[in-house]
Amino acid sequence: MSSERPVFRHPQAAKNSAGYSRKDYEGAISTLCAGCGHDSTTNAIIQACFELAIEPHRVAKMSGIGCSSKTPAYFLGRSHGFNAVHGRMPAIAAGANMANRELLYIGISGDGDTASIGMGQFAHALRRNLNLNYICMNNGCYGLTKGQDSATADRGSAGKKGEPNPYSAIDLCKLAIELGASYVARGFSGDKQQLVPLIKGAFAHNGLAFIDVISPCVTFNNTSTSTKSYEYVREHIEATNTFDFIPLQQEILAHYPEGTSQEVVMHDGSIISLHKSEAGKEVTSRRLALDGLEEEKAKGRLLTGLLYVDPQSVDTHDIVNSTLRPLNTLGEADLCPGGATLAKLMDGWR
Amino acid sequence: MNNIARTNDFVVRFANVNGSGSASANNLFAKAIFRMGVPVSPKNIFPSNIQGLPTWYEVRVSDRGYLARRGGYDLAVAVNGQTLLRDYLDLPPGGYFLYDSTRELSADFDRKDVTLLPVPLTELCNTAFEHPKLRQLLKNIIYVGALASLLDMEFTVLTEAVERQYAKNAKLAGPNIKALELGHDYAATHLAGRCQLKVQRIDGVGERILVDGNTAFGLGALYGGATVVGWYPITPSTSVIEAFEKYCRKFRVEQDGGRRKVAILQAEDEMAALGIVIGASWNGARAFTATSGPGISLMGELLGLGYFAEIPAVVLNVQRAGPSTGMPTRTQQADILSSAYASHGDTKHPLLFPSDPRECFEMAADALDLAERLQTPVLVLSDLDLGMNDNLSPPFTWDDGRRYDRGKVLSHDDLEQRQEKWGRYLDVDGDGICYRTYPGTHPAKGSYFTRGTSHNEYSGYTEDNVIYQTGMERLTRKWQTAKSLVPGPVLAMRDATSPLGAIFVGSSAAAAFEAFDLLAEKGIVINAMRLRAFPFADEVYRFIKAHRQVFVIEQNRDAQLRTLLVNEGDVDPAKLPPVLHFDGLPITATTICAQIEALLSSNRQTPTQDGGRR
Ligand SMILES: Cc1ncc(C[n+]2csc(CCOP(=O)(O)OP(=O)(O)O)c2C)c(N)n1
Ligand code: SF4
Ligand SMILES: [Mg+2]
Repeated sequence: MSSERPVFRHPQAAKNSAGYSRKDYEGAISTLCAGCGHDSTTNAIIQACFELAIEPHRVAKMSGIGCSSKTPAYFLGRSHGFNAVHGRMPAIAAGANMANRELLYIGISGDGDTASIGMGQFAHALRRNLNLNYICMNNGCYGLTKGQDSATADRGSAGKKGEPNPYSAIDLCKLAIELGASYVARGFSGDKQQLVPLIKGAFAHNGLAFIDVISPCVTFNNTSTSTKSYEYVREHIEATNTFDFIPLQQEILAHYPEGTSQEVVMHDGSIISLHKSEAGKEVTSRRLALDGLEEEKAKGRLLTGLLYVDPQSVDTHDIVNSTLRPLNTLGEADLCPGGATLAKLMDGWR
Repeated sequence: MNNIARTNDFVVRFANVNGSGSASANNLFAKAIFRMGVPVSPKNIFPSNIQGLPTWYEVRVSDRGYLARRGGYDLAVAVNGQTLLRDYLDLPPGGYFLYDSTRELSADFDRKDVTLLPVPLTELCNTAFEHPKLRQLLKNIIYVGALASLLDMEFTVLTEAVERQYAKNAKLAGPNIKALELGHDYAATHLAGRCQLKVQRIDGVGERILVDGNTAFGLGALYGGATVVGWYPITPSTSVIEAFEKYCRKFRVEQDGGRRKVAILQAEDEMAALGIVIGASWNGARAFTATSGPGISLMGELLGLGYFAEIPAVVLNVQRAGPSTGMPTRTQQADILSSAYASHGDTKHPLLFPSDPRECFEMAADALDLAERLQTPVLVLSDLDLGMNDNLSPPFTWDDGRRYDRGKVLSHDDLEQRQEKWGRYLDVDGDGICYRTYPGTHPAKGSYFTRGTSHNEYSGYTEDNVIYQTGMERLTRKWQTAKSLVPGPVLAMRDATSPLGAIFVGSSAAAAFEAFDLLAEKGIVINAMRLRAFPFADEVYRFIKAHRQVFVIEQNRDAQLRTLLVNEGDVDPAKLPPVLHFDGLPITATTICAQIEALLSSNRQTPTQDGGRR
């Protein structure tokens, strides 16, 4: 869907404007189950990074614990990665981001990692509007501990064990919008066309960008009775919009496709150009975004696409008014007031 | 009746109502004694409550320089109706009772061995001052004025202190001075000669300062170059962050634009607080958090991550009384074990034990160096007594030639020039410490994947049993290196031939040394070793070997320091009789003396029962 995607015969060999080929964005070979939705999401991240010509070493990959949280090992092998502890990715990403505001932070989590053990950290990363690309690979279950229902499993949905889930589901997108995320989207690992631009838009966004990616677990939750199976999602998916992501450097050259309506100019000058014909055109209203999610849910549909964006968003660094220089580059001259000043302070305690 | 008659050696206890603004008046009193050159040690005993409950402030005046809580008091300044009778009854024979005589005392106050010092505080205050809000505060200042007269204090020291305090707000200085004069004049006229306690100027303070340990922690972290803080409010550690933030507003603001060279995040809990610290340290910023016991419990999992993935982190632990929520506003040294071995699996963490504000300052800065040098979490263990009370301390100094020790970090050029293959967990130097890189350093070299799961020397995931075990053994090697880097113990030998020794840490020191003086008067000679860090230096075990019996003095029930000593070295536990104090109040010399004497006399009574091993 991206207008700038190059059409080459041998995409593997092609180089982007930074001189990297797609291969340079790959990581170790995945050890996830064949067909796992997480691997497709990984591929979408690789694609987005390649197309945006992001320098791999300027990215930090952060994650919690789970099959999903393992994936940072499988993309961007030239970037630093940090597979932390269960549910604590947001805080660790917050600290990392505070230390160096110049890197691009990709935070990977799962629905167990986010909606249960890490719910508190998720909520607070949102309200701080941390400049983090938070991707939750949502399969409605705990893959790594063998298929227990997660808090995002729909009521009545049944995985491999066959027991329908009796509890109500947490909609992470709704929560994210309510708690202050400034960019909220939902994708499906089986729809790369839609997912790649969603990820690119997130990268360009200044502040917390949350993407809930429905990412089926083929081993424990891909049954006909599960609402997070490939089959169910394909049948019930409803796209709120489709759009083109136009990065800053291509802005001038881009010629907008027919039927383009709303344009959202992002913090860095890149543009999200939404297609006119689609439903839910208004993506900068929190209230309409929430209404849209509710309406589709009532119809038994799963709304995907870019749900909400605040192009004026102010991130944590600006909230705490920290220096524009990376804090991890400051040394004694900047940080230590010195012996003479200390001696003066002593007089205050005499 | 024999009144207590002493100069520069007594205890005044102020009994106030929490939230009534008594703190600044009581501070003024302590500060004035300090400025008369007399060693002084004020201690707050306050409730876990914002307003309305009883609170006490004990000021020990000691020309001999004994700064521990003494226990008991000679003069009560009783302005809390709720505790009036108790404050009266607890006075020793010959003690003094200053109270607000606007209301008459009931018939219960009938001791013959106590001197009453009635001052009509409310009446004096209400006659002199209109403003209802000021009245409350100035009533407290009036009793300070009265004390100045009763104790023969230099009145100008008090007025100067007020002028200095309100230098920027001269409007407030006037009423405060007037209140001091009211109290002073009243006592001079009506109570002259009644009090035999006196303060006399001496030269007993020297260069020293009067400051709380938490302020010192905050300032030390600032000097040490911390730029990222994650924290969650908890008494008694909160004021560490408040102090740090205050100094950041002063010293960390950029000239152009006013942005700050620091990021302080109030986290959602202590897991997040430490997560922020670990994330920042991983990414090359100096970071710390401050907390207390319950926070340490919550930080457990992340401390293990820091240990195993080898990420620096600094945790300033201002201990309070546990277990569970325990007594949040009382002091203890009861997180020694939970800090040393925090987290599941085989983990241990270096600990530093400051014993006065200067060490709080130095160790906060040193911990930032140590954590980065050792690539591991370092915990600094203070406590409520040291952290929240003003403590007499040597002044802090900073050598401008000092450079932050950022540890083994490879720069872009290092990576560029490197011939051999780099491994994040490869022990090139044999000291157990490997080389790390910060994210974003080099386009092609030096990136790695950090994980809490087992990893090989090149940070690749592995479940290989041999590789895992080898890695764990390397961490033991690193622990040995830590031993040579942490500050060693401080030895105080009285007599090399004495068979008795004592070991203690942190805020127990003042009481311990006072106790040894008292015991020496009775012919019991004790050699002392104050530990400043864990892992323990070999010297510690040599000290234990060299004595027949070494008392381990600490402020907890379960003899945690002793347990750690027994666990970490080759020592016969029977050689280490515990001396314990754990009621939540700071330890006293009297407690220590009593326990040591009891232990020694039980030795004599049952010489063979324990095989004579002691
Ligand atoms: C503190 C803690 N508790 C429990 C676990 C065990 N655990 C590992 S992964 C996981 C659930 C992961 O679920 P999710 O985040 O949805 O990831 P998925 O595997 O489904 O991608 C749990 C409970 C753990 N690692 N740490
Ligand atoms: S168990 Fe499920 S989530 Fe985990 S790798 Fe397999 S398919 Fe993916
Ligand atoms: Mg899951």
